[in-house]
Amino acid sequence: MIPVAFDYVRPTSIDEAVAALAAGGEDAKVMAGGQSLMPVLRLRLGAPSLIVDCSRIDEMIGIRDSGDAIVIGSATTHHAVMHDSLVNEYVSLLAKATATVADPQIRHRGTMGGSLAHADPAGDLPAVAAALDATFTIAGPGGRRSVGASDFFVDYFTTAVGDDEVLVNVSFPKRAGWGAHYEKFNRTAQAWAIVGVAATVRMDGGRIAEARIGLTNVAPMPVRARSVEAALAGAADIAAVAAAAESAADGTSPTTDIHADAEYRNHLTRVLTRRAVVKAAGW
Amino acid sequence: MHISVSVDGTLYEADVEPRTLLVHWLREGIGKVGTVVGCDTSNCGACTVLLDGRSVKSCSVLAVQADGSSVTTIQGLSDGNEWHPVQTAFKECHGLQCGYCTPGMVMSTVDLLSENPNPTEAEIREGLEGNLCRCTGYHNIVKSVAYAAELMGGSTK
Repeated sequence: MIPVAFDYVRPTSIDEAVAALAAGGEDAKVMAGGQSLMPVLRLRLGAPSLIVDCSRIDEMIGIRDSGDAIVIGSATTHHAVMHDSLVNEYVSLLAKATATVADPQIRHRGTMGGSLAHADPAGDLPAVAAALDATFTIAGPGGRRSVGASDFFVDYFTTAVGDDEVLVNVSFPKRAGWGAHYEKFNRTAQAWAIVGVAATVRMDGGRIAEARIGLTNVAPMPVRARSVEAALAGAADIAAVAAAAESAADGTSPTTDIHADAEYRNHLTRVLTRRAVVKAAGW
Repeated sequence: MHISVSVDGTLYEADVEPRTLLVHWLREGIGKVGTVVGCDTSNCGACTVLLDGRSVKSCSVLAVQADGSSVTTIQGLSDGNEWHPVQTAFKECHGLQCGYCTPGMVMSTVDLLSENPNPTEAEIREGLEGNLCRCTGYHNIVKSVAYAAELMGGSTK
């Protein structure tokens, strides 16, 4: 279908983007790669009066080393993220999860920040940002502010980014040498995750010294499997991981839909957590 | 809004409504009807074109977003009467049944081989994940991609 008519602006700076959003009021909508927004427009599930295209703002594109962290511009494409050497060295969990997002064409256009700001509970990247304690830089009429991952995701499709704000970049603390794996269970190619598990571990002498685990699509927002993380400290074999993974579904609130009921999602959460951690540990 | 887009080597200037999808402008604005609309839901990949050298679904890009860019459609692949090796491979290996998905399959293959000239069978299948063939003719499509890699100087593992 053809979208409802809208006005379109393509700012070249963050300040221009914020000004455009202020002028556009509550019916203005930010677009980056547009790979989540275009289907919404085409199916007329949404009809913003103004699209603010942020895909050509230099400050929002690219990946840099800030010392302790890797800072990724929000309009950097999935394709650029998954092939970037800094990301692969220091934030390998993000590279691995990004490689499973949608399909090649979507990854060429779709952006990391767009995916995070869209905050689809079945999207792959929010669990990664939660597991890695990413920090989000948001710009608005009052200037810039930083928000941690635990405060960024607010509800279904809702984040701390206000209607008059844009996500500028996301900063991931460096974790060189950590093993990582994103285990996604989905029905068909390019389908959304029924459940996904993002796991990254620091190994020491053949044992898991430290683990971080984020869960996809088991609650309105990404969930940290903190009890599993605690239980994994010192794990030396697959049996220990399996035992730790038994508590993976604690604290989740999965929905029941046509693909899976809540109890099945709980089962998947435990099984996929075991698999993800085992693969991240290289066992 | 005024746009300036190079399509298949020719520069086009046009005034388009912001809501115009790139695929609609290609087909109805400048007559590039080789690129087809399959699903309208971003799933099928039939409308795949190269935007600045990378495959995209042209139903999921606004024409205004292509302003200042270069687009290659299925109609821009051949060199005069000389087919692109991917086109030749699809013909030789019968990589099509009804042919509707073919323009998108071919464009995705061009992109895939530009990034990975020697794909394994698994890499071919993953690389074409964004393209659906409703005739389910995938087996010959995979063979076509492998043969195209061979024609282009790579060799599939």
